[in-house]
Amino acid sequence: MHNKNTEITVGMFVAAGIVALFILAMKVSNLADLNDEEGYRVVAEFENIGGLKVRSPVTLAGVRVGRVEAIDLNSQTYNADVTLNLYGSYNQIPTDTAASIYTAGLLGEQYIGLEAGAEDEFLQDGDVIDLTQPALVLEQVIGQFLFSKAEGDE
Amino acid sequence: MIDTIRSLGRWGLDSFERLGRGHIFLLHTLQGVPELFLRFSLVIQQLFSVGVLSVLLILISGLFVGMVLGLQGYNTLVDFGAEESLGVLVSLSLVRELGPVVSALLFAGRAGSALTAEIGLMKSTEQLSGMEMMAVDPMRRVIAPRFLAGLISMPLLAALFSAMGIFGGFLVGHSLLGIDDGAFWSQMQVKTDWYDDVLNGVIKSIVFGFVCTWIALFEGYDATPTSEGVGRATTRTVVHSAFAILGLDFVLTALMFGEG
Amino acid sequence: MPLIKIRDLHFYRGSRAIFDGVNIDIDRGKITAIMGPSGTGKTTLLRLIGGQLRPDRGTIEVDGQDVHKLSHSDLYDLRKRMGMLFQSGALLTDLSVFDNVAFPLREHTKLPESLIRDLVLMKLQSVGLRNAHNLMPSELSGGMARRVALARAVTLDPMMIMYDEPFTGQDPISMGTLVNLIHKMNDAMKLTSVIVSHDVAETAEIADYIYLLSAGKVIEKGSPVQLKRSSSQWVQQFMQGLPDGPVPFHFPGDSLEDDLFSQKVSG
Ligand SMILES: Nc1ncnc2c1ncn2[C@@H]1O[C@H](COP(=O)(O)OP(=O)(O)OP(=O)(O)O)[C@@H](O)[C@H]1O
Ligand SMILES: [Mg+2]
Repeated sequence: MHNKNTEITVGMFVAAGIVALFILAMKVSNLADLNDEEGYRVVAEFENIGGLKVRSPVTLAGVRVGRVEAIDLNSQTYNADVTLNLYGSYNQIPTDTAASIYTAGLLGEQYIGLEAGAEDEFLQDGDVIDLTQPALVLEQVIGQFLFSKAEGDE
Repeated sequence: MIDTIRSLGRWGLDSFERLGRGHIFLLHTLQGVPELFLRFSLVIQQLFSVGVLSVLLILISGLFVGMVLGLQGYNTLVDFGAEESLGVLVSLSLVRELGPVVSALLFAGRAGSALTAEIGLMKSTEQLSGMEMMAVDPMRRVIAPRFLAGLISMPLLAALFSAMGIFGGFLVGHSLLGIDDGAFWSQMQVKTDWYDDVLNGVIKSIVFGFVCTWIALFEGYDATPTSEGVGRATTRTVVHSAFAILGLDFVLTALMFGEG
Repeated sequence: MPLIKIRDLHFYRGSRAIFDGVNIDIDRGKITAIMGPSGTGKTTLLRLIGGQLRPDRGTIEVDGQDVHKLSHSDLYDLRKRMGMLFQSGALLTDLSVFDNVAFPLREHTKLPESLIRDLVLMKLQSVGLRNAHNLMPSELSGGMARRVALARAVTLDPMMIMYDEPFTGQDPISMGTLVNLIHKMNDAMKLTSVIVSHDVAETAEIADYIYLLSAGKVIEKGSPVQLKRSSSQWVQQFMQGLPDGPVPFHFPGDSLEDDLFSQKVSG
C-alpha cells in the first residue's frame, strides 16, 4: 500500500517535470517554430541586412509567415542572399511580393516584412524575390539627414 | 614556521587522498547503475525521497524568484521603454542561469544533506557493514539507486523551477504591472532558443545533479561514524556542493555562451 | 580439516598491535567460543574473518579459501554462506522487522513472496518475536533487536554463524532460550558456530572449545572443563570473574602514578 502511493507520487513528479520541460520547449522557446520544416524556401537578395539573424521572423501584414533560414554572401554581387523558410500553409503569396527589413521598436530586433504583390502566380520553392529594400542603418540615415540639411542651408 | 608548512602539506596530501577516494567511490557507484534497470523499484523509492519531497520547496522558491525578477526587470526596462521585453528577461535569466543554479543549491540543501546524514547514520549504526556481511554490496544496493535518483530528479526539478518562475514573472508583469500578455509571450518565444538556451540549461542541471549527488553520497559514505562526524559531513556536503555548483556554472557558461 | 584456519595473524590499529601472532582453528560442526577482556579485539577478529578488514600479516582460511585473496564476487559468494550477528544488531532502520528478516532472501533468491512469508515467520517464531513482525527497528528494545538480527543471520541457512555478544541485554528467560536455540541450531543444521561472549557460564555451557585472548595473543585454549581446571591464575580470574588478579582492567598505557606525577611536574 505504502509502496503503491510512493509509485503514484513518483509518477506524478516525473510527469510534472516532463510537462515543465515541454512548456519550456513549446511556450517559452522557439522549438515549435523549428519543427515545421515542411515549409518552402525562397531567396531574397538584400544590399544590406543590418542586424538580421538566422531564425529572425518573416511577417506579412504583421502575421508571422516564416523565418530566416540562412544568410550567405553572394560572391558576384557582394549582396546578402537571405533564404526564407515560409510555412507551407501560406502558399498563395504572389511572385511580385516585396521584402523589406524592419526593426521592431527603436532598439528591437530586426525582421523581414513582406508586402504582397498583385500577380496571379504564387511563390514556389526555390523562387527568388526581386523587390527588396535593405535595412535602415541608423548611422547612414543620420548622415544623410545632416548632409541634406547642410545642402539646404547653402 | 616549519609547523605551518608541515600542516599545509598534510592538508594538501589529505585533500588529494580524499579526492582519490572520491573518484574510486564514483567508479564503484557507476558500476552499480546498469543493473538497477532490472530492479527499478529501488530507484523509485529514492526518487520519492530525493525528488518528490523537494518539489514543494522548488515550486515555491521558483515562483518567488520569478516574481522578483518580474518586478526588478520591469523597473529597469521601463526606463528604456522596453518593458515589453520583460518576458525575454525573465525567461532567459531563469532558463540559462537561475533555474539550474538556484534549484541545484536548494537541492544540495534539501536532498543532498539528507542523503549524507542518512548514509552517515547507516554507516555509524553498522547497517552498511551488516549488509556487506549479508553479501549485499551497499554500493549497489544503497548508493547506486540514490545516485541515479539524484541524476534523474535534478533536471526535472530545475525545469519545474524555471516554468514556475516564468509563471511568477508573468503574474507580476501582466496582472500587476499591466504588460500586454501577447507581447510578453511572443517576445519571449522569439528570443529564447530551444538549443542555445533551454537545452544548455538542462545540460547544466544534469551536471549539477551528478556532482551534488556524488558529493552528498561520498561525504556520507566517508563520514567518521559518530554523530559529530555525520554532522560535519552534512555541513561539508552543503558547502562543497555550493562551491562546485557555482564554479562549474562559470565553466559551463563560458563553454556554452562564451563565443556567442 | 578445520573450517576456519587462522595462522600467524597480525593486525595493527595505528601502531598498537591488536593481534600479535594469533593461531586459531575452528572445527566444523562445533561451537567455538572466543573470550577475552573488553577491547582485546574479538569484534575485530570476526571482521577479519568476514573479510571486512585486512590483516597486516598472516592468513585466514575459511572452508579452504584464503579470505583476503578472493576476488570481490568470490568474497561475496563466500559471505552468503556466513551468517553474522552484529554486536549492535545492525538492523536496517528503514525496514520493518519482517522486511529485515526477509532482506537476505529477497536479495539472494527468487522465492515467491508466499514462501518468503512462511520462512520469515518461522524464523521469527524461533526467536519469540513472530508477533512483532510489523514493528520498526526503532520500536524494539536492544535485546529484541539482537534477536531479530539473529533470525536474520540464519535465514539463508549458512554453513557457519558468528555471534558477537548474543546474550547481552537478554533477560534470564530469553537468555536461556537463546542458549538452547544456538545449541539446537548448531546440531540440527550442522552449523559451525563462533561465539564471542563475556557470559562465562552460558558460554561454557554450550561451547565445545574456548579460546581466551588477551593483549594480542591466545592466552589459553581448550574445552570448558580443561579451562576450569587450568592452573593459570589469569584463566581462573577470568573464568570466575574475580576483580583482583593479573587480568588488566585498564586500557594499556602509562600507569596512574606516572600520569599524576607528570601532571604535577608540568602543572
Ligand atoms: N575503527 C577503529 N579505529 C581505531 N581503533 C579501533 C577501531 N575499532 C576498534 N579499535 C580498537 O581496537 C580494539 C579492539 O576492538 P574490538 O571492538 O574488536 O574489541 P572487543 O574485543 O570486541 O571489545 P568488546 O568486548 O567491548 O566488544 C579496541 O581497543 C579499540 O580501541
Ligand atoms: Mg566487540
